[in-house]
Amino acid sequence: MALSILDAGDTAFTIEFGNAIDPALQAEVDVLDHAIEHACARGELHGVIETVPTFRSLTVIYNPVETDRETLLARVMPLAQAATHARTNPARHWLLPACYEGDAAPDLADTAKALGASPERVVELHATTEYVVYMLGFLPGFPFMGDLPEALRLPRRTEPRVRVPPGSIAIAAGLTAIYPWESPGGWHLLGRCPVPLFDPSRAQPALLRAGDRVRFTAISSAECARLDRALAAGELDPDTWCQAEAQTA
Amino acid sequence: MSTYLEISSAGAYASIQDLGRFGYRRIGVPWSGVLSPRLMRIANRLAGNDDLHPVIECFDGGQQLRAGETPVRVAVAGDASLEISSEDGPRQVAAWRSFVLQQGETLRISRIAPGRIAVVALAGLDLPRMLGSASTYARAALGGDRGRALAAGDRLPAAACTGGAERTLTSPPDPERTPIRLVAGPQHQHFIDEAWTTLLGAEYRISAAADRMGIRLEGPALTHAPQFGHEIISDATVPGAIQVPGNGQPIVLLADAQTAGGYPKIATVISADLPRLAALRPGETVRFAAVSAAEGERLARLAESHTRALLDAVRDIPGTGIDIAALYSNNLVGGAISALAEEYRPLATSFTG
Repeated sequence: MALSILDAGDTAFTIEFGNAIDPALQAEVDVLDHAIEHACARGELHGVIETVPTFRSLTVIYNPVETDRETLLARVMPLAQAATHARTNPARHWLLPACYEGDAAPDLADTAKALGASPERVVELHATTEYVVYMLGFLPGFPFMGDLPEALRLPRRTEPRVRVPPGSIAIAAGLTAIYPWESPGGWHLLGRCPVPLFDPSRAQPALLRAGDRVRFTAISSAECARLDRALAAGELDPDTWCQAEAQTA
Repeated sequence: MSTYLEISSAGAYASIQDLGRFGYRRIGVPWSGVLSPRLMRIANRLAGNDDLHPVIECFDGGQQLRAGETPVRVAVAGDASLEISSEDGPRQVAAWRSFVLQQGETLRISRIAPGRIAVVALAGLDLPRMLGSASTYARAALGGDRGRALAAGDRLPAAACTGGAERTLTSPPDPERTPIRLVAGPQHQHFIDEAWTTLLGAEYRISAAADRMGIRLEGPALTHAPQFGHEIISDATVPGAIQVPGNGQPIVLLADAQTAGGYPKIATVISADLPRLAALRPGETVRFAAVSAAEGERLARLAESHTRALLDAVRDIPGTGIDIAALYSNNLVGGAISALAEEYRPLATSFTG
């Protein structure tokens, strides 16, 4: 397919594979990302600082004192054309606890009303869908996941919240996410996940990675509080909720 | 006795930063890091640290830093007015040089101008690295002193001051007032043609919403092309990216900004000029000029060679290397230092733009 090269200043360019949220595009991004990672490891891409994979594009960030865009494009574009090998990371399957009640679900009633469904139905739909992690970004460990079932699709809130509590499970624009940190945010808050999504002391600080599959299982407020305590005390490892690693093409 | 520098006041805002935390944008962790790497490198060179050592980045003045139980060496890069208060009363010291704070003495950054950023290097500042960096990123409690901006009462561990000559940069960089240069952005075609002309022709004001995350500009609205709308599928952002939300008012992303965003990006400020933009105060105005990416790269290399020339120009101050700790403790050189101040920074306060 035709790739677009987008300018991102004197330190970066973006290779865009398409203009849709689509697992096939995400997989192409992933393949190029790995090809560049291997080329960097072989010392072929001097001056590359890091790459950032997103839904449908890969941004290459470089140090213009050490290299330049022309040199890098000449090496990266053949990788983009030739890269066909399968993803190297196996997709992991997660079953994350989600509290969809009380204070944890401030927007559930309004969202259900806006969607013309009962709150119970919204929770059931959200919790029974398997999501793919398209990318991480916005905040450390923040997963953009999709796709939401058609019945759960609605635009962002017209008035973004100044303060979204950490752990909030949110939906908007066909996607669902978990806020690892307190932050402003415009998504609709349906619940709370007690599992920390980012821990800098771990070898892999972000719990989830692009390509992982995530489902939610509804838990009570009491169970959520129990998990909060056990996780804070170090009695539970977040990997507890990783079910299996499965090889995907 | 432990050697430390205590924050008596963090002033408007102060945080520990180094060059930044690289390699984790893919999991949503911004670089953070000093807004002016040049000031960091000069301050460290003056203080006798490695050039990339963590430093204290100060906004807008008001910071007060007190030496604890033993002397510490500090150096300030940036156009700051400085005062040291001790039992004998206050004395002025110059920026762009190192000096020793005796136990109990307080360095006060009374004013930063032009610009709003000064960098204080502390000799031997000893802080843990998280994900490869000591840079503070408070939202995720990374770096700095316990993952947050500096606050009164914080104590920063330092190296015991063992004498040695003070250093100075006799010809600090001149403030530039030329337009900030930018490259057409990844979604510049998402705007009507006039938007580009407007961005390059109009004057924009730095709004009150200007911090380490970004700068909201105020000026003529940049209109999105109707066929694209004012949202995109979120893609990666870089520091310097100018994103434009629905209201048409541009936002320049800086070191602590989110790593991905859903607003179209009309342009990217070049890396050589971003520190200059970040140093503008709310209420000041800015103009932009377009360059190619290749020209931006050339300017980045030029800026780097300029920085290296500045680092090479750092010199020992004659007569300051002789058992300086003893001289200080006998109060023999305090007056001499302030007498030298004007000589070493004759233009510090005369530049008004």
